[in-house]
Amino acid sequence: MKITVNGREMEVADGLSVEALLAHLAVKREFTAVAVNREITPKASYASVALRDGDRVEIVRPMGGG
Amino acid sequence: MHDTNLVLGGKDFTSRLIVGTGKYSTNEIMRQAHEESGAEIVTVAVRRVSLPGKGESILDFIDTKRFTLLPNTAGCYTADEAVRTAYLAREAGLGEMVKLEVIGDARTLFPDVQGLLEATKTLAREGFVVMPYTNDDPIIAKRLEDAGAACVMPLGAPIGSGLGIRNPYNIKIILETVSVPVIVDAGVGTASDAAIAMELGCDGVLMNTAIAGARDAVAMARAMRLAVEAGRLASKAGRIGKKLYATASSPLEGLPDWTS
Repeated sequence: MKITVNGREMEVADGLSVEALLAHLAVKREFTAVAVNREITPKASYASVALRDGDRVEIVRPMGGG
Repeated sequence: MHDTNLVLGGKDFTSRLIVGTGKYSTNEIMRQAHEESGAEIVTVAVRRVSLPGKGESILDFIDTKRFTLLPNTAGCYTADEAVRTAYLAREAGLGEMVKLEVIGDARTLFPDVQGLLEATKTLAREGFVVMPYTNDDPIIAKRLEDAGAACVMPLGAPIGSGLGIRNPYNIKIILETVSVPVIVDAGVGTASDAAIAMELGCDGVLMNTAIAGARDAVAMARAMRLAVEAGRLASKAGRIGKKLYATASSPLEGLPDWTS
């Protein structure tokens, strides 16, 4: 299936969990947050939330800013 | 002289200087500047991670046990975007404090005060410690306080402009209008600007570019720390009144007679 992560389209396995996606992309967990289709995914649900075709995923972290 | 702490969301801070993490030439320079600034709070933006998730992170250069991270909602042009960003920051583990920005225009980066007020109401109700970046407008400052803001942060001048405190009289009126802390956010160019803000009676100063963009950011960070401390002390000490004519500092009596 196709999903969009941080604006980039990618092909991933059907039913991939948020947990598996983060592992696949080697994203650090500390101070990271995830939203799927504009809704925030709580950390506790990473393993249980299965992504679906066409999902838009945002993965954010603190960056330099004022 | 004994001084009180800056209290935000029930937390005590001894430093009254809040500094940013953006635009430093290197992360190591940023780390040293933070050290010299004496700041206890540093602002961060919340942005998409680069994929795949490798590379240097500013978080490798900030001791999060020592510094309180203050996420901002920079780049948000609506209350909805700002509120969502604040929630994301909280979910990321950045805590309840948020430097709330709702930007009205890309050229000036002036705040959209209508959106700001709306987002402040929502986030304060949800338990956030809302620190809104606002105009130097006492009416809006009062409304933000009434909406539950933990402090108000009027701009001294446009973000990154280095123009200093353009309307000290409005800042003074804001100080008389609200009872929450007043922190000048944006516009500071050099140390005297920070000192002026504090001499006016402000509770703190927030800056990024003035330090990060200085030729020697680490030295400027120290200058800003001293300026904020000096301004605070001068404000507490109570300055003399301004007079048009001279008042002699030396006694007028007892002058020797040099007439021949």
